[in-house]
Amino acid sequence: MTKFTFTEKKDTRSGFGDGLLEAGRKNNAVVGLCADLIGSLKMGAFQKEFPERFFQTGIAEANMMGVAAGLAVAGKIPFTGTFANFSTGRVYDQLRQSIAYSEKNVKVCASHAGLTLGEDGATHQILEDIGMTKMLPNFTVIVPCDYNQTKLATMALAEHHGPAYLRFGRPKWPIFTKPDEPFVIGKAQHLIEGTDVTIIATGHMVWKAIEAEAVLTEKGISVEVINLHTIKPLDEEAIIKSVGKTGCVVTCEEHQINGGLGESVARVLSTNQPAPQEFVAVNDEFGESGKPEELLDKYGLSTEHIVTAAEKVIHRKN
Amino acid sequence: MADISKLKQIASQIRRDIVRMVHGVQSGHPGGSLGCTELFAALYFEVMDYTIPFSMEGVYEDQFFLSNGHISPVWYSTLARAGFFEVSELDTFRKLDTRLQGHPATEEGLPGIRIASGSLGQGLSVACGAALAKKMNHDHHHVFCLMGDGEQQEGQVWEAAMFAAHHKADNLIAIIDYNGQQIDGPTEDVMSLGNLVAKYESFGWHVMTCNGNNLEELIDKLYVAKSQTGSGKPVLLCMKTEMGYGVDFMQGTHKWHGIAPNDEQLADALNQLEETLGDY
Repeated sequence: MTKFTFTEKKDTRSGFGDGLLEAGRKNNAVVGLCADLIGSLKMGAFQKEFPERFFQTGIAEANMMGVAAGLAVAGKIPFTGTFANFSTGRVYDQLRQSIAYSEKNVKVCASHAGLTLGEDGATHQILEDIGMTKMLPNFTVIVPCDYNQTKLATMALAEHHGPAYLRFGRPKWPIFTKPDEPFVIGKAQHLIEGTDVTIIATGHMVWKAIEAEAVLTEKGISVEVINLHTIKPLDEEAIIKSVGKTGCVVTCEEHQINGGLGESVARVLSTNQPAPQEFVAVNDEFGESGKPEELLDKYGLSTEHIVTAAEKVIHRKN
Repeated sequence: MADISKLKQIASQIRRDIVRMVHGVQSGHPGGSLGCTELFAALYFEVMDYTIPFSMEGVYEDQFFLSNGHISPVWYSTLARAGFFEVSELDTFRKLDTRLQGHPATEEGLPGIRIASGSLGQGLSVACGAALAKKMNHDHHHVFCLMGDGEQQEGQVWEAAMFAAHHKADNLIAIIDYNGQQIDGPTEDVMSLGNLVAKYESFGWHVMTCNGNNLEELIDKLYVAKSQTGSGKPVLLCMKTEMGYGVDFMQGTHKWHGIAPNDEQLADALNQLEETLGDY
């Protein structure tokens, strides 16, 4: 299997902006809305090319979600853009009633998620959004791992009917997936095959999992790495099959340990095929200002933390 | 010209349906429903241009959004009486497996409903989106949205009010059921609304007022509202109503916001409301 390297770093939010532009060119039902963060969300190119299909909503996210639902009533495909914090916690009831329960084809696109937002600190570093959105019936939840995948996921969502949450981030991050790889919603991506331990990661943490795999291989441990870019619907089969082979799992996410990807994986395993699991996630606390890598280090989400978790979970197998 | 006597007959039957539905399941919101009966009769039997069978997208027809979803009984009765679904289905209101949920929903596919409502403050935003979609589609029909007056206390309403004016949603006609009552008492005691007309005007809306329980005046104002669209401003009709209108012991009080009549009270109410189209 391929070992992953990268030659370029790019922010996943640029993948969203570029994907939205492509989706807009393909389908004139695609419309964009943004709550005063066009630059941050990289929606400027779409706005420039399709001014009549773009709505600036001002700093009023609740209204933006309702307007998007109304546009969807008439068959438009609205993509809302704001920070992940304002895409979920601030507007949860709007997501729930006007979009999820009403089954509206709205794509809630959320940047600056997680600790890697960096210096802005805990007010903006939402670590609860995966939990909030995965709990909503009818919602699809996607967390792509790099620029290419974010672009592909954005385009795939334009073709997919139903409410969806797309989570991406601020920092420049290694690009290691192919720009032309098919993106299948709900289908986990097997990146590396191995036999001793499965590492399931999502978002920025997928690259960290790949780095951890290299360290563990040096130590003679065979690691399987799965990119679980779709949190919901969950690819239960891929999880069961891989952990059935390796016998243990480490889950990695830039999210609270409560309510995130790890708990979804634990539910699948405990009800189908119980296996030891270690969680690499933020342990029920708020973040703080700092550089992305410093924060991942301090909050237990570094490559070294994944390596330690993998060694621990392998030990627990016996 | 509107056939006022026919509309009054329809309104009387809708009121009978409302009290019977709420009595039948001993829950629901009769007060606001009765107060808005003239509006629903006027919209669905006179003013709005719509097609049956219902289509969710509603292109090239007028659309109605109910933001204060708790007055679902008046909407359900009106939709059934207008032919969106069988009148007999009104008997399932709020019962297990019904399409007539306590608050309006789309999940069960009830014809006539395009968005769930009940959690207050969200409908005007949705109506703004629907109005803009009509403009994008070069569809010259209108979007109506009814809100409660207590609902004006929700911040999202004012986000939407600002948005509608900024984006010139001048095919949007919002209506406020200004009955001055909310669950905990008169709006002036609970949280003063101040001068709603001046507030909306200052937000850039064209504002009109009327007596919402006077069919002739209401229909006249709704047509004027329609004629005011296309002028660059969204239109608001601030409609003074009496909660519980049409049933003397329910009228003008917040007490009947969300409680059901007992058998005796039902008989009393029905005595005051002529059966004109046949009970379900």
